Amino acid sequence: MAQYLILIYENEAAYADVSPDMWQTMMQLHGRFMEQVTEKGARIVSSGALEPTSTATSIRSDIVTDGPFVETKEALGGYYLIDANDLDHALDVAKLCPAPNGGVEVRPIMDTSGGA
Amino acid sequence: MTDSLVDETEVQRAVADAHRREWAFVLAATVRVTGDLDIAEECVQDAYVTALDAWLRRGIPERPGAWLTTAARNRALDLLRRDRTLRTKLPLLVEPPGPVDEGLGGVSGEDEDVIPDDRLRLVFTCCHPALAREAQVALTLRLLCGLSTSEIARAFLVTEPTMAARVTRAKKKITAARIAYRVPPAAELPDRLDAVLTVVHLLYTTGHTAPIGGALVRHDLLERSFDLARMLRILMPDEREVAGLLALMLLTDARRGTRTGPEGRLLLLADQDRTGWDGGAIAEGSALVFVALRGGRVGRFAIQAAIAALHAEAPSYEETDWPQILGLYGELLRVWPSPVVALNRAVALCMVNGPAAALAEVDALEADGRLSGYRYLPATRADLLRRLGRTREAVAAYRVALDLCDNETERAFLTARIAEANAPGTGTPA
Repeated sequence: MAQYLILIYENEAAYADVSPDMWQTMMQLHGRFMEQVTEKGARIVSSGALEPTSTATSIRSDIVTDGPFVETKEALGGYYLIDANDLDHALDVAKLCPAPNGGVEVRPIMDTSGGA
Repeated sequence: MTDSLVDETEVQRAVADAHRREWAFVLAATVRVTGDLDIAEECVQDAYVTALDAWLRRGIPERPGAWLTTAARNRALDLLRRDRTLRTKLPLLVEPPGPVDEGLGGVSGEDEDVIPDDRLRLVFTCCHPALAREAQVALTLRLLCGLSTSEIARAFLVTEPTMAARVTRAKKKITAARIAYRVPPAAELPDRLDAVLTVVHLLYTTGHTAPIGGALVRHDLLERSFDLARMLRILMPDEREVAGLLALMLLTDARRGTRTGPEGRLLLLADQDRTGWDGGAIAEGSALVFVALRGGRVGRFAIQAAIAALHAEAPSYEETDWPQILGLYGELLRVWPSPVVALNRAVALCMVNGPAAALAEVDALEADGRLSGYRYLPATRADLLRRLGRTREAVAAYRVALDLCDNETERAFLTARIAEANAPGTGTPA
């Protein structure tokens, strides 16, 4: 097993004034996704949805500034850290991850145990 | 070396031959032992060096591939025993043989058990969709064809450090992201196979018309692409798209000798001497088209091969079965909605319904914008305008094509077309 981080990038504008119904639907989609991860034989180690980038604070050489580190149209909005067998397995899972206003990026977590 | 069993040149030839034909097999089987691409490459390289001396002293083995595999694997086991740190490296993910591998039957070594044929695993690892296309191409040439980094760099006209960095980056991703060393399951096979066939076809087309430079053809890439296509055909006899790709390459290549005239001038299909086409390649290709088209949903390589077969079998350009070619392009556009296919369809449409109908399609494609910068669009447009007698516009379009073209042979062709159109008596000067 290896760990992969699924990063959800979406257009924040789409969530700016989302209706309670729409929000409910999104929550259901993510709930269903979490079930599917288990059905696929992978495991969610941790996950989280992020507050919008307007709430972000960045620090560069001790200087604190308002806003995200990088301004992009599609911003990081949430993540899943999963256990999967290999990249194909992780991609198989990530394809199911809801991201209707953008997409996801899959990154392997570095194995730092092998040292010397 | 008077008492040697074989002479030196014979051994050198045998080793070179084994390098060309057995490299992929030997490397693929060694990767299973090392779990690391770099160490495997090193061991296989050593095995070939050892072979030069050993075969000179003891004679050329009956099965060079098995001999080399045993030598490379022994070297790998030796390395792993001596250097424990090698084993702590992240291992490549080698899955136990699945049902796909079982049926393939490997080569029996001298006193060894059957060596599994892992070449397909290597193919699918090199062409994994998580790798950039150019990395897939570089890895395929390096790991399956055994080409050195400098040879690959030369073939793609980039510097050696650039190519070396590309190969290293790709190998690192395979290990760090854990791209498994395996043949994909049946559900994923069509998509994954398409990526493999695309790489082989790209090698062929790059060899067939070099994008830059003086020579139209690069024979090294052509030969390697045929080696790969024939290898896939043997390893996956039931995959009809593999038959389709080999057929397409054979049928296209059958006309290679007649593509240029005596002074290296480019000749269009209409002007080529059909008696100079390779009848053997056409016969083999046409037979494969039947295999590729048999039953079920037909793939894009099979349809392209069918079109190439109609061209190859036609007695002349005019007597070509254009209506059927037009129909096949329509079919191709359905399974592979690419603007390049739409452009080719327009050429067939010109032969069936005339240049005006075709020009309307080409203009629509130009407006669509996806082919901007593609030199064959203005070249096709120019030819249609020329046929319609709109010389001034034709010359302008030829000039656009010329600006986009870096191959000297093709540039000479376009320049000649502009001169022809501008010549007195053939139309209004531009």
